[in-house]
Amino acid sequence: MYRKLLSMPFIFWIFVGTVIPLAMIAYYGFTDRLGNFTINNIIAIFQPVHAQALGLSLGLALISTAVCFLLAFPLAMILKGSSWGRKGFIVFIFILPMWMNFLLRTMAWQVILEKGGIFNTMLQTMHLPSLNIINTPAAIVLGMVYDFLPFMVLPIYNALMKIDDNIIEAAYDLGATKGRVLKDILLPLSVPGIASGITMVFVPSLTTFVISNILGGGKIYLIGNIIEQEFTTSANWNLGSGLSLIMMVFIVISMAALARLDKSGEGNFI
Amino acid sequence: MAKSLIELKHITKAFDDNVVLDDFSLLVNENEFITLLGPSGCGKTTTLRIVGGFETPDDGKVYFEGKDITDVPPNKRHINTVFQKYALFPHMNVGQNIAFGLEISGKSSAYIKDKVKYGLKLVNLDGFQNRKIESLSGGQQQRVAMARAIVNEPKVLLLDEPLGALDLKLRQDMEYELIRLKNELGITFIYVTHDQEEALTMSDKVVVMNGGYIQQMGTPEEIYNEPENAFVADFIGDSNIIDGIMIEDRVVKICDTIFPCVDEGFGHNKPVDVVIRPEDLIIGKPGDGKLDGEVIHNVFIGVHYEMEIMAGGFEWLVQNTVSYPVGTKVSLDIIPENIQIMHKPKSKEEEAIDTDV
Repeated sequence: MYRKLLSMPFIFWIFVGTVIPLAMIAYYGFTDRLGNFTINNIIAIFQPVHAQALGLSLGLALISTAVCFLLAFPLAMILKGSSWGRKGFIVFIFILPMWMNFLLRTMAWQVILEKGGIFNTMLQTMHLPSLNIINTPAAIVLGMVYDFLPFMVLPIYNALMKIDDNIIEAAYDLGATKGRVLKDILLPLSVPGIASGITMVFVPSLTTFVISNILGGGKIYLIGNIIEQEFTTSANWNLGSGLSLIMMVFIVISMAALARLDKSGEGNFI
Repeated sequence: MAKSLIELKHITKAFDDNVVLDDFSLLVNENEFITLLGPSGCGKTTTLRIVGGFETPDDGKVYFEGKDITDVPPNKRHINTVFQKYALFPHMNVGQNIAFGLEISGKSSAYIKDKVKYGLKLVNLDGFQNRKIESLSGGQQQRVAMARAIVNEPKVLLLDEPLGALDLKLRQDMEYELIRLKNELGITFIYVTHDQEEALTMSDKVVVMNGGYIQQMGTPEEIYNEPENAFVADFIGDSNIIDGIMIEDRVVKICDTIFPCVDEGFGHNKPVDVVIRPEDLIIGKPGDGKLDGEVIHNVFIGVHYEMEIMAGGFEWLVQNTVSYPVGTKVSLDIIPENIQIMHKPKSKEEEAIDTDV
């Protein structure tokens, strides 16, 4: 009885924070403004504007995740090989921006990439042609990579740190080259970390609307932006909820696929 | 004359300020089972890692079949290692683990299949190809690690305390297995351990190390029966180490009693260390032996009784299959061949022992 009482706050929290909102989304998603059952909000995803947004979201999220992985794995390798002091310093450098507000960090990129911004001024002083990547998908990918990279580095680093040095030495001992050790030992053994890193980058990248708002200049619509607009400017909660449900399906599918790789939950950090 | 295979010349290795090996030289012959024996921190594992190529000496050279391999990386050496913690690849099954080295050297799949089978047979694990590593016991993992190294037909097999994690029975089985493998395969074994029993059982040559120096090198019999200094005597088996005075050749005075012995060349009236193994002390009736005393302690430890006998002002450790209850008046005697005379430590190497032990 006492134990049940102790769990009450958490049950309350789950109920208020998860169950009720989800139920409401499901309710709105399957009804029209008058409260009648309909699947129009769901099949609205096949309207070209929505389908395009979802496609673009998936594409950009995939690219960001891939870029993050390509940056994070070598970095995690460097961290593994570093001495304790240097390790702490590099991790600190990477964590540092995370202490700043997410919005501020993204807005900083806006200022940097602007037409008359720092980046282009620098290019000009070097007599290079200016680069207008603000308000393009490239800027959004840049923002996503910048914001989510630590979430890829830490789980991979964790997974790599768990690999016993003896195992790596054993591979060299049996004649393996560096490339072979990477392919046959380090990569396979860090799969749980990679899976967890991919989840932690892919899902927020897929759902973000803030980064695309700020760095896309309101001209590039990701699925997150569409949903946000349905809830705010259009005040069409039903359509917004319907599209949210579709996005949730994609997230659940990707999580389920990755969970198979990370069976033991080893790569999860924190 | 056996052919020399590996030669370490004047190796010095320090980690930060801690000098682990100091001007260390060693010769390993072909098809020899050589054991580096010593307490932890004596430099034995570092020596092995230098031979394996995992550490580079600060100074000195490593020769393999006469060629300098000091700077050759481990993957280019014809040497394989069995690691202390086995270091099997957890994401591969037993067969894949054993095949790893063969696949790298580009052998045909038929050859690899045969070799894996042969390797498993060699370590008595037939039919284990598809087992997962985590499903194996420590002893089985150990044997897989051995098979994984052996199938590459290395000239030298390095073993870093491979039996350390096993229980006594399994360890004894593995000891015989290793001797069998060495005889069957004709490869050179360099074995590192802190367990003197393992060293004495398996080796052709034992190298007793302490403080980065070789204390004594020889066959197990030589090491046990004729320890060169107090450290070796103390580290290998139980022993009584007593101060004595070498009166003249073949005569030594211990506990104010004159004993005949077989050692010569220590000079006249020189202080020496005397080693007497506990099983070499002969217990008799009072007055029969050279020293009279009394049993003050008696423990049964399986093969024999271990007694402490107070005689001549010294507490002797004595082992005997006959039990003498505490309080019994007895006498002690030693035959001359069993008295081992050693110089008192005076050189740098021997001083190091005194500070370390």
